[in-house]
Amino acid sequence: MEHKNYNAINKSVRKKDAMQLLLGKPVYTEDVVPDDALVVKLLRSPHANAIVSEINTKAAKLVPGVVDIYTWEDVPNNRFTNAGQTYPEASPYDRLIIDRHVRFVGDVVAIVAAENEKAANKALKLIKVKYDVLEAVLDFHTAKDSKLLVHPEDNWVAPCEVGGSNLRNLVASEESSQGDVDGIMADCDIVLDRTYHTKAYNQAMMETFRTYTSMDRYGRLHVISSTQIVFHVRRILSHALGIPKTMIRVEKPRIGGGFGAKQTAISEVYPAFVTYKTGRPAMIIFSREESQLAGSPRHEMEVRVRLGASKDGKIRVLDLYTLSNSGAYGEHGPTTVGLSGHKSIPMYTGSLEAFRFNYDVVYTNTMAAGAYRGYGATQGIFALETTVNELAEKLGMDPTEIRYKNMLKEGMIMPAYYNELASACALDRCLDHCKEMFDWDAKYPVRDMGNGKVRTAGMGMAMQGSCISNLDVGSATVKLTEDGTFMLLIGAADMGTGCDTILAQMVAECMDCSVDDVAVFGADTDASPYDSGSYASSTTYITGKAVEKACMELKTKMCTIAAGLLNCSVEEVYFENGLLKRINTDESVSVKDIGVKAQLNNPQIAEASASHSSPVSPPPYMVGMVEIELDKLTGEVSIIDFMSVVDCGIPINPALARIQAEGGIVQGIGHTLMENITYSPEGKPYESSFMQYKLPTRLDMGKLRVEFEHSFEPTGPFGAKSIGEIVINTPAPAIAHAIYRATGVWHREIPITPERIAMSKPEDNK
Amino acid sequence: MIDISLVLNGKKITDTVDADSLLIDFLRDHKCYSVKRGCETSNCGLCTVLMDDTPVLSCSMLTARANGHKIYTLEGLTEEASEFVGFIADQGADQCGFCNPGFVMNTIALLRENPDPTDDEIRAFLAGNLCRCSGYEGQLRGIRTFLDSRKKEA
Repeated sequence: MEHKNYNAINKSVRKKDAMQLLLGKPVYTEDVVPDDALVVKLLRSPHANAIVSEINTKAAKLVPGVVDIYTWEDVPNNRFTNAGQTYPEASPYDRLIIDRHVRFVGDVVAIVAAENEKAANKALKLIKVKYDVLEAVLDFHTAKDSKLLVHPEDNWVAPCEVGGSNLRNLVASEESSQGDVDGIMADCDIVLDRTYHTKAYNQAMMETFRTYTSMDRYGRLHVISSTQIVFHVRRILSHALGIPKTMIRVEKPRIGGGFGAKQTAISEVYPAFVTYKTGRPAMIIFSREESQLAGSPRHEMEVRVRLGASKDGKIRVLDLYTLSNSGAYGEHGPTTVGLSGHKSIPMYTGSLEAFRFNYDVVYTNTMAAGAYRGYGATQGIFALETTVNELAEKLGMDPTEIRYKNMLKEGMIMPAYYNELASACALDRCLDHCKEMFDWDAKYPVRDMGNGKVRTAGMGMAMQGSCISNLDVGSATVKLTEDGTFMLLIGAADMGTGCDTILAQMVAECMDCSVDDVAVFGADTDASPYDSGSYASSTTYITGKAVEKACMELKTKMCTIAAGLLNCSVEEVYFENGLLKRINTDESVSVKDIGVKAQLNNPQIAEASASHSSPVSPPPYMVGMVEIELDKLTGEVSIIDFMSVVDCGIPINPALARIQAEGGIVQGIGHTLMENITYSPEGKPYESSFMQYKLPTRLDMGKLRVEFEHSFEPTGPFGAKSIGEIVINTPAPAIAHAIYRATGVWHREIPITPERIAMSKPEDNK
Repeated sequence: MIDISLVLNGKKITDTVDADSLLIDFLRDHKCYSVKRGCETSNCGLCTVLMDDTPVLSCSMLTARANGHKIYTLEGLTEEASEFVGFIADQGADQCGFCNPGFVMNTIALLRENPDPTDDEIRAFLAGNLCRCSGYEGQLRGIRTFLDSRKKEA
């Protein structure tokens, strides 16, 4: 491991936008746009599967203030995907702006554009629609090869071969394995065969989906949207509207949270279509109800784990099958599912002799799923970590001991992770550290508190990636200003994570200046260099490396300008401590001198751009431990302490890394204990507001403690890996484990509500 | 339509509003953009403002109810907020920031009512202010550091 004295790296610098945000300044989409935009509202289907047989907008169009109403008859018939992914996208082209065939409760039937909200709402009520209601595919277990098809249309296109077919309700499928899985399984002393189920959780970011569109002074479509993916949105709108990308500009202001939800173009196409048709500014703001019912939640998954082990606790073989429910459209369906195996199985590389990982992703007539922090890894890790906890309990071994026996260690090759090398892995140290900090040996035993309540503990491990290897592109432009300060332009999207600040810290480190001397601008497709966007935990690792490269190039250019000022050859000039020095002399010029010279009779531009992609995606690692108190009578679970240790390489900004971890853990606690999405027999979701969809409050999460074990990732900027996603993965297995310890019942479906705990008994364990 | 008159951030204003106008929309129309809507069901706390020094949810109050009252949004309390929000910034707990104004307004109400709260009192008072990013712990650390620093100064 490398230890360096950094100027700006590994420092808890305040976020650059912190005081603007904390003092409530107008920085979000709704705050920064003019007041005269048309209000855009959507009429949504009340049926899970239906054909619009007749639609009459005459009366609605007569409402004073209504400007226009669009139905399936008015939109182009070219299918596209809303998924924000590198082109050609893995997700199928299965959307129209408005489809005559509506495929879930909440699918769009008509777009209303009006001068004000009241007129728009009145018009929604006056649109007359007749539906041919069709039988719906609501059970994802029987969706594959069902006679009922979610996407029977003949212009369904899969831009990439991912094993899908619309005629089988199949978004994607794959089989992969290494070694003699069946032979080794047959030879194992103990085989566990378990199936786990996780739900379609909503990201529930505080700012709902929203987009403003207008025509700019060149007659181009100007989009201001709350998005993680400005460049992908530009492409998606180009596909959806059938207009060239040169005619579209997409920018994001500050974003009120994303967590992956805004890695899909949920709201953009509707006002864009209105502006495209009317030439007028238009704005859509999703209500919380719309965000809950027609958002882009986690993929519901069922993961079957077959684990073969020796009686001394050596995990010899793993066989996973994941069935993923993509809902009505395929956004992120083919890609999320892969992580359920590829980012769970490698944690047991230490002892594993063989593995198999197969999956199917199916269409159903439920809300389309999308990207949510963890992106499939969360589901797979809940399943596999719980199976390993079940193995430990069955063998009477301490679950930490069984991890030590089997875990991945630095320097190992991970066959289940595309044969990547674990180049920086402190998972073992994370476990040592967490075990000691948590006082595992004291908290793990079940303790009767004498008042009907018991206390005990559970644990889980996790991994994730740091980018999409061989695919993501991060870019940065660094410019020198005449006062010797720097401007950083990025296409990555700070959605609250603090990446603007983290990337500025890297510039400050490279250029030997203060973080205050670096201004950041992003993201805007007209001004930013191309970046695939902020997702896949990639911004620090990928865009960060691009920042480092751009700074290197800029230094070279500054040396050229300095050589002119010092009357020497460029080879004689080097950069040190913020000065450009001539070798073997006392002569030097300052960065400010270069900045001034760059704007005075100068042919050498004082700016540089660089892109970066990575052939590997180094995993961060984490161990989480929870102590709970469970009320045996009511089934209520109180979190006492949640402690975790994370290896994210070298944290660039430890305070921001810690907040990422704490926020992810609380989301994970919500998914495990209270958040749920359930459907009526007709396919209507019940959890339409925060009344039913309960987010954890500050009374629900106990006390959090997060610490770090450093490793040094050689391919990352300043040794960094990622932090954004991994942090959501340990609560579910750890809490399910503790609930088993307290009750003797393994709950293999989350959320584990008090009702389910109170109604279950150990005899139900299979 | 209803004629109303109220004191907004120390300034007297009169206006005519729809009978069903909600206070949150009225405030945003009067350029108080700190006031955010996070839900429509009084669950999130983002739209918290002070009416006669008491925190209220402006999404769940008719503008007409504010007639004759004194309303403060964060725009009017920047100085008071500035005393402590830097401590939250130092924790990185501002995060996406969308919940910040409501949370900061309720913290102002808490500190006026109870200048030296315990951690549990802070958690209980702010329980109605949801935050999806921070996991709450950093917000608590920020307030705690502020209170400790104030004690040292005293």
